[in-house]
Amino acid sequence: MGELLEVNNLSISFTQYVQGLNRHDLKVISDLTIDVGESEIVAILGSSGSGKSLLAHSILGILPYNSHVTGDIKYKGQILDQELKEKLRGKEICLIPQSVNFLDPLMKVSEQAIGECKDEKEHAEKKIRQREIFAKYGLDESVDDLYPFELSGGMARKVLLSTALVGDPTLLIADEPTPGLDAKSVEETITDIRNLKEQGKGVLLITHEIDVALKTADRIAIFYSGYVIEINKVENFKNADNVLHPYTKALINSLPKNGFNLTEGVQPLDEVPGCPYYENCPIRIDKCANTKPQLEEHDGVMIRCFNFKEANDGT
Amino acid sequence: MELKANNISFSYNKKRQILKDFSLSLNSNQIIGLMGDSGSGKSTLCKIMAGYLTHYSGEVTLDGKKIPDKDYYPVQLIFQHPEKTMNPKWKMDKVLNESWTPTQDLKDTFGLKDSWLTRWPNELSGGELQRFSILRALNPKTKFIIADEISTMLDAVTQVQIWEALINHCKANNIGILAVSHDKELLDVICDDILYFDEINNL
Repeated sequence: MGELLEVNNLSISFTQYVQGLNRHDLKVISDLTIDVGESEIVAILGSSGSGKSLLAHSILGILPYNSHVTGDIKYKGQILDQELKEKLRGKEICLIPQSVNFLDPLMKVSEQAIGECKDEKEHAEKKIRQREIFAKYGLDESVDDLYPFELSGGMARKVLLSTALVGDPTLLIADEPTPGLDAKSVEETITDIRNLKEQGKGVLLITHEIDVALKTADRIAIFYSGYVIEINKVENFKNADNVLHPYTKALINSLPKNGFNLTEGVQPLDEVPGCPYYENCPIRIDKCANTKPQLEEHDGVMIRCFNFKEANDGT
Repeated sequence: MELKANNISFSYNKKRQILKDFSLSLNSNQIIGLMGDSGSGKSTLCKIMAGYLTHYSGEVTLDGKKIPDKDYYPVQLIFQHPEKTMNPKWKMDKVLNESWTPTQDLKDTFGLKDSWLTRWPNELSGGELQRFSILRALNPKTKFIIADEISTMLDAVTQVQIWEALINHCKANNIGILAVSHDKELLDVICDDILYFDEINNL
């Protein structure tokens, strides 16, 4: 199984103007490390509004001009710079965007799926492929000539998915594909994503819904306050004893089906000198206040914590 | 107290009716869950019960009496997206105190930090903003809360925190809650009873 995507120590910050000419740097993602292989689904799980989508945007090179990025992103071992991003996006790397609002309201859906073409010949080829993919998702020929406002929510989502697949990508980035959908449509989306994996594609799934992550992913990365604090196999998320980080444990125990247990504390707003979870952590040690733990490997699990060994031996 | 919706019918246009002879009732000491598919009209019902929409047929009553629209409205609606319900040019302090001034005790219960009060809405996360929108709805004159998917966009840890705080406050102050969600597991945990939207909507 080859590595498709490797992200190493990626940080993203924004420069904002607050009141007149006062500038202020806002750090959104800090030191993010993650990788996706072929035929693998990796989910990034974090609360909404925490900046997860920016990871997707930085992989595709569509961040706004006032952003500042450090760290590197590799695609099949090659450093992904802006030039390469522009070459690969829409072809080998595709985005399934978050909402139906990403569709162009003034363009027929089939043309949107086909996208930009150099000449008539390319258009004809892509048209055939677009038809195949639409047919696969149960969109018949009458749908081709519809405009987005004429579609139901579920159909629009299938169009978005098809749009990403027409270029036959190797790596897909699915940004919050499920919120606002009812149970049946969520099931469909999950099946769609799992099918992509069967076809040998790599998928990076960005979501805040733990259920969706549990049902689709092979590995789950937990995103907390801008940091990835743990990357673990999906099997281990069934039971709080099998995950290592105290926040991950709290997250699993807080699910309605696992007892709806209360954990106090909120994510810090500003950059802290030590561990981002220090303030709320039940197993913190003195060192955690002022030193940042690094994401380290431990038995195939990536974990960012100084004290997890002792804490987990004790239980 | 008893909040009642009697035979509510509503449509946005002539083509499609959303609600037909819809009735439900809840008491101050109850938490009732309401489940339904997306697009079924749950949010429309919420807006009618909280007085946002007025051109419907049927009536919404509190202890059998029609709710006057001149005074403070005793049924308060909390939305799914708090960032859409706040003035982006007000600091959080002003947002919070628009309707009433919550006690420090209550701010602590909801985990509201003083440092958040000097920020603009776009500088806080969804979970933080949702704490504000819940707390500002808990004016002492509030008798019922309609919670329309209030924790759908939040992580599981925050979801427990805000529901715990809201339920404890409402139980202590005899405020009834109508919790609307599509998450059955959540409703099973927090509600006394669950209603299914399609079963009581006579379409």
